[in-house]
Amino acid sequence: MTRRRYIQAGLGLLLLCACAFLVGRGLDRLFRPTAVSEPPPAATLPPAGVPHITATLFYGTEDGEAITGVRREVPLAGDIVAQGKQILTAQMDAAPPPYVSVVPSGTEVRAFYTTSKGDAFVDLSRTVTDAHGGGSHAELLTVYAIVNAVTTNLPSIQRVQILIDGKQADTLAGHVDLRRPLDRNNAFVRSAPIEP
Amino acid sequence: MRTAGSALAIALLLLVPASGPQAQGTAPATTPATPLTLISTQGRRPVPTTLVNGQEFIALDDVAALFLVTVREDVQAGGITITYKGRTAVVSPDQPMASVGGRVVTLPAAAVRSGRRWLVPVTFLPRALALIYDSRIELRPASRLLLLGNIRVPRVTTRIDMSGPPTRATIEISPATPVTIAVEADRMVLRLDADAIDLAPPAANGGLIAQFRLGDPPAGLTILLSPRSGTARAIPTTADNVTRVTIDVPAAGQTDATPPAALPGPAAAAPTAGTSALSGARRSAIQTIVLDPGHGGEEAGARGPNGALEKVVTLEVAQRLKMLIETRLGMRVILTRDDDRAVTLDTRSAMANNSKADLFLSLHMNAGIAASTSGAEVYFLRLDKEGEEARRIATAEQVVLPVRGGGSRAIEAIRWDLAQASHVSSSGVFAGLIDAELRKQVPMGIRPLQQAPLRVLAGVNMPAVLVEMGYLTNGEQEQLAQSADFQASVAQSLCDAVATFRTSLDQPPPQ
Repeated sequence: MTRRRYIQAGLGLLLLCACAFLVGRGLDRLFRPTAVSEPPPAATLPPAGVPHITATLFYGTEDGEAITGVRREVPLAGDIVAQGKQILTAQMDAAPPPYVSVVPSGTEVRAFYTTSKGDAFVDLSRTVTDAHGGGSHAELLTVYAIVNAVTTNLPSIQRVQILIDGKQADTLAGHVDLRRPLDRNNAFVRSAPIEP
Repeated sequence: MRTAGSALAIALLLLVPASGPQAQGTAPATTPATPLTLISTQGRRPVPTTLVNGQEFIALDDVAALFLVTVREDVQAGGITITYKGRTAVVSPDQPMASVGGRVVTLPAAAVRSGRRWLVPVTFLPRALALIYDSRIELRPASRLLLLGNIRVPRVTTRIDMSGPPTRATIEISPATPVTIAVEADRMVLRLDADAIDLAPPAANGGLIAQFRLGDPPAGLTILLSPRSGTARAIPTTADNVTRVTIDVPAAGQTDATPPAALPGPAAAAPTAGTSALSGARRSAIQTIVLDPGHGGEEAGARGPNGALEKVVTLEVAQRLKMLIETRLGMRVILTRDDDRAVTLDTRSAMANNSKADLFLSLHMNAGIAASTSGAEVYFLRLDKEGEEARRIATAEQVVLPVRGGGSRAIEAIRWDLAQASHVSSSGVFAGLIDAELRKQVPMGIRPLQQAPLRVLAGVNMPAVLVEMGYLTNGEQEQLAQSADFQASVAQSLCDAVATFRTSLDQPPPQ
């Protein structure tokens, strides 16, 4: 093979590599997943230097007909019990505009427990009943905002029972049965059900 | 020039195998799968599919024939292009995804070659082809259906609520679909106003129902009855975009298919043989109704912006309704309170159970988190897993006892605090009738019929419904709720619903 042939072969090889690179880039671009077109979450800013998670909390819609999931930054905790309490404490905070709080203002999370069967117990202060305006609709929104906040963000929890001042309660305001743990319920959630 | 040409030729020679490894590789092991059934306005036809490594694929030449698309293999790009009316989708043999107009759609597997055919995962049809097609494409893997175009194929599930006798079953049709029901000697035939039925694996047969099966096309469902059965009856109702058909099948010679079950526990008297609705052949199934005006005493319930109290409105409507039912329907009416006093929720349930009532109706005014929320809502009990388990146990552990004068009566051992579990289907029917009557007279909420775990309903051992007549937190509705006209309209609607429910249980089923 002459020197000229070597040069031709070398050039061909270079061209081959260039073609392969370009075709590869093109295919890669063709099949590269594009960003999912989700609405931007209404997230709070994390406190500086505090590790956090993004949790889905539930607030009333502006028209008051339903609850909806809103992404919020919640401090990261060391275990599921501490994380559950952090999530619920954030849930008790005022709703970000334009949403409406469905848990009476001033309600405190006294404790949060879990069992090995996937049940959780949320112990709330008496304000949640004393300051509740009543009505089946408003009471259902309150109860399922709490139940869904726990079950959506802590996948190992399937059911939630609400306690008041450390004791089993009948209802918050005369309607929703709180005597046993409740499953997550998306019937009162506007938009697509949020899966953990 | 000659140099460049040589180089390009080498490049192409090397690129072709690099871009299509499946094309040159060993053909994958394939096995035929159960064909899908394509349902369209043109009718039905089977669609063959193939299993490759446990994944279900469809051949692109079959796709071309079925959907009139053009399939072209692009050797250089290493992809397969599917074109329909100028719109294209590209699948790759290298990556489990398709590109549709610049949008990437994930697939469970990449395209594979089998002999001379290209195969793509069946989910390519709804996920990718549907994006370039001009008709709806829906794949229902569980029922092996592939739906094309605007056709109606409701999902149908069946459930035995009580093996009995009498046997009670519920058929749920989603989305809500008009249904006509015919009762024949040994079967009941449901004809749905639809193009086909997507029938979930039928419930385990029980009691006097021998089999659920697909009936005559296009959308028939047949319920075969046991030779021991009497004349069955069915009541359809619609709520939350679901049509529910409640079926009652008495034993031959049994005259009433809906005995009020006995309630062991502190809230009810011990059952006495011969005292149920079963014992009197000519007796109406609905003799006594308990009206429950919500709240009372210190517990005022919801408050309106101008000071109206829920406990006052509920008592006023209950008293109007009591008078209407007594005079018009001749039924016995019990109020859980007839003045302004507090009554616990357990006491309300116990009053209904101890008086052996046949129907329970709790009256409330609603409250919302926004002043604009308005309209009446009707609720019946939602059972969580624990309630469903209670109902299952009650059905499984039913005890049949003889009654005076012959015949028998089924006794269910159900938890007293979940007594409503065995009446949820009937309560749903009653709630549907109330919704239908109320909407003729008063404004309804955006979700007029709902299921919820409401405390006052849970322990009631009979069909039970809670009505929120309107929103007291809405200024206009607060004013309306206190008016005599509104209260009379609500009372009239509820009385009509009770009358219809009673008639549906009393009249002989169609022959």
